[in-house]
Amino acid sequence: MNRLLLNKIILVLSTLSAVIGIGFLFWILGTLSYKGISSIHWSTFANDLVEGGIRNLLVGQFTMALLASALAVPLGMMAGIYLREYGHGSKLASLIRNLSDIMMSAPSIVIGVFVFALFVDPFGGYNGYAGIIALAIMMIPIIISTTDNMLALVPKELREAGIALGGSKHKIILQIVIKAAKVGITTGVLLSFARIIGETAPLLFTSANNQFFTMDLSGQFPSLTVSIYNLATYPDSASRELAWAASFILTMIVLCINLIGRYAIRNKK
Amino acid sequence: MTDNNLVLEIKDFSFTYASADAPSLKKINLPIEENKITAMIGPSGCGKSTLLRAMNRIHDLYPGNKYEGEINLYREAQEKENILHLKKENDFIKLRQEVGMIFQKPTPFPMSIFDNVAYGLKLAGLKNKTELKDRVEKALKDAAIWKETKDRLNQSALGMSGGQQQRLCIARAVALKPRVLLFDEPTSALDPISTGAIEELISEIKSEVSMVIVTHNMQQASRLSDYTAFMYLGDMVEYDKTENIFLNPKEKLTEEYITGRFG
Repeated sequence: MNRLLLNKIILVLSTLSAVIGIGFLFWILGTLSYKGISSIHWSTFANDLVEGGIRNLLVGQFTMALLASALAVPLGMMAGIYLREYGHGSKLASLIRNLSDIMMSAPSIVIGVFVFALFVDPFGGYNGYAGIIALAIMMIPIIISTTDNMLALVPKELREAGIALGGSKHKIILQIVIKAAKVGITTGVLLSFARIIGETAPLLFTSANNQFFTMDLSGQFPSLTVSIYNLATYPDSASRELAWAASFILTMIVLCINLIGRYAIRNKK
Repeated sequence: MTDNNLVLEIKDFSFTYASADAPSLKKINLPIEENKITAMIGPSGCGKSTLLRAMNRIHDLYPGNKYEGEINLYREAQEKENILHLKKENDFIKLRQEVGMIFQKPTPFPMSIFDNVAYGLKLAGLKNKTELKDRVEKALKDAAIWKETKDRLNQSALGMSGGQQQRLCIARAVALKPRVLLFDEPTSALDPISTGAIEELISEIKSEVSMVIVTHNMQQASRLSDYTAFMYLGDMVEYDKTENIFLNPKEKLTEEYITGRFG
């Protein structure tokens, strides 16, 4: 009797917690959709920030995130390959693995400050390159850890089979092991891209923001997230509506990339 | 027994793993006869897989292992080479093209059936498309899997059954025309029907290649092999013609093991 009662209480409590947790999520999504969709017009996508749109911001955000990926994905993947395939429990490998894990939880604002000191201050002002570097620094540890973990899932017999057929180590890694881990690594890259596309703190005082359309990375560079941060604090309703619209669009982008990533994982298994 | 019939000759061979203090193999002596099947039996942990994996030096994938003694690979009647002296990667690659290996679990690569068999050939430098095609077809025929695969050569090898995958792995190894094939418990992950197919295949390719088989299955050793080596705790206890080992073992330990009194 007592046990059954306890069972029911715990069931109710845990269900309630789940409902509250998910409730907040839907509340956020609901408010975002309600305020966001009503604020989206054709001009939101057609105009730049200076004319009350987000065209230049979207282009700017994606440009920085893509260039950061172009920097971080090869670097992170090669580091991950080193850790799993060449490190072999060496002290250097375990040191790098630990540092990389710590880096993953480093506050993004700290990374922003670091990049500011190194790439903004000495170069006389905010610039797009600094933003890219900050995003890449955020991304590298995630890529390292995904590559490392996904390579760990490839059975060692597969490597041995390749070696036994007369392959050299680097060929087997590049042509077989990476191929076997391809889906997992691609998913990791997608998820880490989704992570950095929504980052504000590393951009706030590295690339800052720009109202105009530009592809010049040596100056201030347009950013969707920094704009949301700025627009939300302005007193006029037009700015705040644009902030809602931009938030909604950003959320949809992140959601879509996440869903694609998760779908890819599921298809693998 | 003349030296001329040997393809491999293991002499006073000791092996110590990087992480171990004591050697896992102690002063092993074992001849591997050309175009014969040699079975290695013994309880788990006796060192038979360790010995097998020394014959193509796949141990060297993991650094720090220690070899002593000789493992001689005979090429022509006279020419022999101690493979323990190899140091350069190119020499290892050459060795592994001559001494192939089949693993316990099938290890198809994540690519098409054709590419799986062609992979080793491409590694060996074969580029000519028609020759590649012919060699792949011949290997698949040799491994008795051509009928099942000829209509799906471009499909992923991962979609095959376990037994088919294992025969594909044998085809892949045979394609390189190795002098020796090493089998590390090749059927212990397979059902009886697939096991039968693999055993049949092994007997069929005997005329072309010398084979060493590590097995836990005593019937398999007696059915397949010409010679049998019994190992125990890192020692070579007895080596003889298979019929002598099974019908008339000289050592008491061998008799106890094959009659199932321990192991």
